[in-house]
Order: sequence, then structure tokens, then C-alpha cells
Amino acid sequence: MKLFSRGAILKTGLVSSLAIVLSLTTAYAADEKKKPAVMTGASTSMIGDTCAGCHGMKGVSAGPSIPSLAGMSSAYLVETMEGYKSGDIPSTIMGRLAKGYTSDEFAQMGEYFSKLTFAAAAQESDSAKAEEGAKLHEKYCEKCHSESGTVAEDDAGMLKGQWKEYLAAQLMDYQNKDRKAPKKMKKKLKKLHKKHGPAGIEALIEYYSSK
Amino acid sequence: MSTNTSRRRFMQGLGAITATGIVGVGVPSLAFGASKKVVVVGGGTAGATAARYVKMADPSIDVTIIEANKDYFTCYLSNEVLSGDRTLDSLKHGYSAIEKEGIKVVFDYVTGIDAKAKKITTKGGASFDYDRCIVAPGISFKWDTIEGYDEKVAETIPHAWKAGTQTTTLRKQLTDMKDGGTVIIAPPPNPFRCPPGPPERVSQICLYLKKEKPKSKVIYVDSKKKFSKYGLFVQGWEKFYGFKSDNSMIEHIKEDGVTKVDAGGMSVTTASGKTIKGDVINIIPAQSGGKIGIDAGLANDKGWCPIDLGTFESTLHKNVHVIGDASVAKGMPKSGYAANSQAKVCASAVVAMLAGKEPGTPSYVNTCYSIIAKDWGISVAAVYRLAEDRSKIMKVAGGLTPMDASDEAHKREAANAISWLNNITGDVFGGG
Repeated sequence: MKLFSRGAILKTGLVSSLAIVLSLTTAYAADEKKKPAVMTGASTSMIGDTCAGCHGMKGVSAGPSIPSLAGMSSAYLVETMEGYKSGDIPSTIMGRLAKGYTSDEFAQMGEYFSKLTFAAAAQESDSAKAEEGAKLHEKYCEKCHSESGTVAEDDAGMLKGQWKEYLAAQLMDYQNKDRKAPKKMKKKLKKLHKKHGPAGIEALIEYYSSK
Repeated sequence: MSTNTSRRRFMQGLGAITATGIVGVGVPSLAFGASKKVVVVGGGTAGATAARYVKMADPSIDVTIIEANKDYFTCYLSNEVLSGDRTLDSLKHGYSAIEKEGIKVVFDYVTGIDAKAKKITTKGGASFDYDRCIVAPGISFKWDTIEGYDEKVAETIPHAWKAGTQTTTLRKQLTDMKDGGTVIIAPPPNPFRCPPGPPERVSQICLYLKKEKPKSKVIYVDSKKKFSKYGLFVQGWEKFYGFKSDNSMIEHIKEDGVTKVDAGGMSVTTASGKTIKGDVINIIPAQSGGKIGIDAGLANDKGWCPIDLGTFESTLHKNVHVIGDASVAKGMPKSGYAANSQAKVCASAVVAMLAGKEPGTPSYVNTCYSIIAKDWGISVAAVYRLAEDRSKIMKVAGGLTPMDASDEAHKREAANAISWLNNITGDVFGGG
């Protein structure tokens, strides 16, 4: 499954939340031949709470390599989980875990985390580089990740306040083309890299991790 | 196909109210006067999580944790103390953040759970009434399974399978050992806490020895043929510790476990009669569920506590739930994350049942990291659901780190292991 357009995602989200009860009963049909069927229809909090062991209670991560999920766009979370599930987005364990949930459950996760309050990670930042990064962000990223990537309604990744180690890993994957960037982002990243090189990426990350 | 049948059967099994009787019962318990009481026995990973998630779901419930120790040391990541990569203090957690959330924490040892009277008694002479009790007693050791090894001997030949002074003792023995020494590690028979823990311990001790005492070696003496994450551990040992080469730091003795320990002569004898001398000996004994659970009559003849897999309510005593390592959570490993996940499922069920509601559909998860060397982590992860007939917690997805994972992927898994520690302990003990 390829990445959806944002409109399609939003529609899917609406339809799916209505259809949860209907479709969940057939979610694990594939398992039925060998194994007994499993119970379906777990509540939103039941689904969302399972994520906290790794992503932090209420979606605020205290671990530098694991992103905070609190306050992020529901549609973007669904899109990302679908990407993990299909393998379009590379990962260490998220691909393995995402296969255990249905699209409707991704929507439940989206609902759960979008309602929580984002809290910026407590981390150091190089102020000189961050200053440079602020300019680069404005030029290359702000259009889709508005207000420094803090607006959930953009349906894009949250940037300012996110853990730098996590952001660096994602940008490395985009750079190596392991993770496919949306068309516009691909263009912008290419330009940024051509003009500023790895130092530009580093500056961006320092900006996102600054206060 | 529909879950209704099994749920109905479940509710009838409990002798609970019928679906029509549920209407109007979901009002807060305060409306009936006294608030409902939940007592959690054991403030480890499972118990502390359950207490917090019960309180979060319904602040009107009076929640008390009874825990024997003021400080808790997580077993997870404690193998890093043995390599010197981490201090024991970094694994220490207290209960002040939990108390601030309105949960009472009593430091005492539970000596009796009277399921009929719904009453708990303690060593300190206190008693506690409950509406529902959640027991998370962890593990205890079967001291009589290895000749010459008991609780007293364990002070000098440590198990280090409950983190704390035992971990410190083993670490000190490793730092005191001469270069060229032999470390014997004897893992327990199944089932036991943290299946990938023993081979991870081999790895972390090798990490230390390779750096500080490169002529030394580790002999892993196991009654079993294989162990958790086997292929990935062997691959890592080959890469970092010369495993299977002439210069291997690790010798793996299979299907020939330790049956006898000679503490004075510092040697072990195996089932086949082989005697092996060690400079440091680490015996991880056979295990059962925690003593509190056994004493309360919650355990089967093997010492583990059978439960309903959806609510974690004991099948032996009503209104008492058992979670974590001590429970027979068929299908899930005995890991920290599993305990944390079970606690949330149990908390949700307890809150629902106290309100006279039908418990919801559970969902469980487990992720378990092992660190083999610097920047080299591996993992197993899975999502689980309850079988409709409630016979098993079933893995619906998951798996191991792929054998062809890149160096960068292993580096990220090692980083994720540490980040996971921060987040799970925040989820369990709070405070951030």
C-alpha cells in the first residue's frame, strides 16, 4: 500500500471510525484455519495504552530514540502506521508491531494520541547551529510543517520539540532513500542538501531541539 | 465469529448480572457511599502499573499498594550493571510519584489473603479490606532443585535474578576476578523470568571481559538445547566474542544442566557428571511464582498462578487477580513489558467489574531488547489478542530482529533499549 494523499486519509479516518464495529470482527480471518479466532473490538484506551511502554505514558517520550506521539495529527499517525505495516517506511520494530493492528485500530491510536498534549523533549541544543537551522526551516520546511512543525492540523510530522536522535534517524533514512519522502519534501530536501550539505541537516535538527 | 457468545458465557461463568441488568449500574461508586477499594500486593512492574492505571481510569477508587521494599530495582537492563555500562542506582525507583497521584503505598509484607472475607493481613500486623485485590508477587526460587545451593549459598554464589545487592555482588566478583578466569553461568529450566536474560548476561559479561580481562572465558551450562533469540545471540557472539572459533570467549554446554554446586571448592557438577571449576559462578535457580501468591493459595502445583486470560482474575479465588511473572499468562513471555501490558488489561477489567460492567476486549503487547555489545541490540516484539474461547493469549503479529539487519539497525535497537527503559519505568513508577 502506497502513502495516501491527505484528503484520502481524512476520509478513510471518518469512514473507518464509523465502521470499526462492523469490520473488526473479520480482521483476523486469516488466522482462523489454524488457530481459534481472537476477540476484537478493543476500546481506544486499551489500544492506545499498549503503546506507552515504549512511547511514554500519555504519549510523551523520555527516550531520545523514540518519538513522542502526544498531540500529533491523527491522520498523520494513521498514515505512518500504514507505512510501517506495508513496509513503505523502514523501521526496527514498528513494522513487526504494526501488522498486529487493523486500519481501524490505527484510527483509534490516532484519536488517542491526537487528544494528548505535546511536551517538548528536554534536550541540549547548539544555539549557533539552531539559529542557522531556523533560517533553513523557514525556507525549506515551514510551508508544510508550519510554526516550526508544531501544528497538528498540518497532518505532517511534529518537529520542534521532538527528540533529535529520532529526527536524525528519520532524516538519514530520507537521505538514503530508505524512507520515501512525499514529492514536495523530496524536492526540498534535495535542494537543501545540495546547497548546505550534511551541515544543513544538522542545523535543522539543532533548531528543532532548541527551546 | 462474534464475540458476544463467549462474553455472555464469561459473564454467566462469573455468576454476574445479565446484559439487561447492566443498565444503570455504571454510575460512579461514590453514589453508593463508600468508595471501592483495590489493594495491590507487590509494587514491581506489574503491580505499580496496575495501581496507576486503575486510579487513572477511576479516581474515585481507593487504591493501596502493599510493597515490602522502599526501593525497587528493575531486573531489565541490570545485565548492563555487570558489564559496567550502567550503575545499579540508575535502575532504582521509589514510590513518591505514585503517592502524589493519590495512591496509598504501605511498606509491609503480605502474609495472608483471605479471599472469602476479602481481607489482607501483613507481617506488620495490619489488615486491609478490598473489593478487588491485584497480586503481583513476581518470582521465587526453588532452592531444593540443585544440590548444595540454597538461599545462604546464594550470598556468595549469586543468582542476580532479582536486581539489587545480588547484582552488586556478582559485579564485584567479576571486577575482583583475575584475567584468565572462568565465569560459569547456569540458566534455569523453563519457565522462568526473562527468557533472553541469561544469554544477554553472557554477552554483557563478555563485553566487560573482552575489554578488561581478555584471557578470561564464560561457560554457559544449560539443561536446554536452545534459548530465546538463539540465532541472533549466536550471530552476535560470533561477531564480537569469537564464538565457535578457536579463540571463543564463550563455551556453550547444552542439554547438561548444573545439578550440584560445591561452594567451598567453587565448582559445579552437571547432569552427565562433568565437574567444572569456576572463579565466578552464577546460578540462576529454577523458579515459581512469588511466595505471596503460593501462600495465598493462588498457585497450581507447579507454583504458578492460573488466571482468566482476559481479566487476570484467579481461577482459584474470586475477586483476586494475578499479573506479571507469577501468572500463567498462556502465550506471553515472562518479561517486564508483558507484565506492564497485562497490568493495563487487568486494571481495565478491575475498573469495569467494580462498576458492574462487562470487561472490555483486551489487547496486549510485548517488546524485549537485548544488548549483545556496544551499539548492537536485538529484539523480539509481538502484539497479542485473547482467543475467543479464552484458552490462550495469541500472538497476532511480531517477530525477531531480522538476521540480515544492518549495523545501523542494530545500533538503533541498542538505543531503543535504553529509550524503552526510560519510558517503561516512567509508565510504571511515574515521576519522569
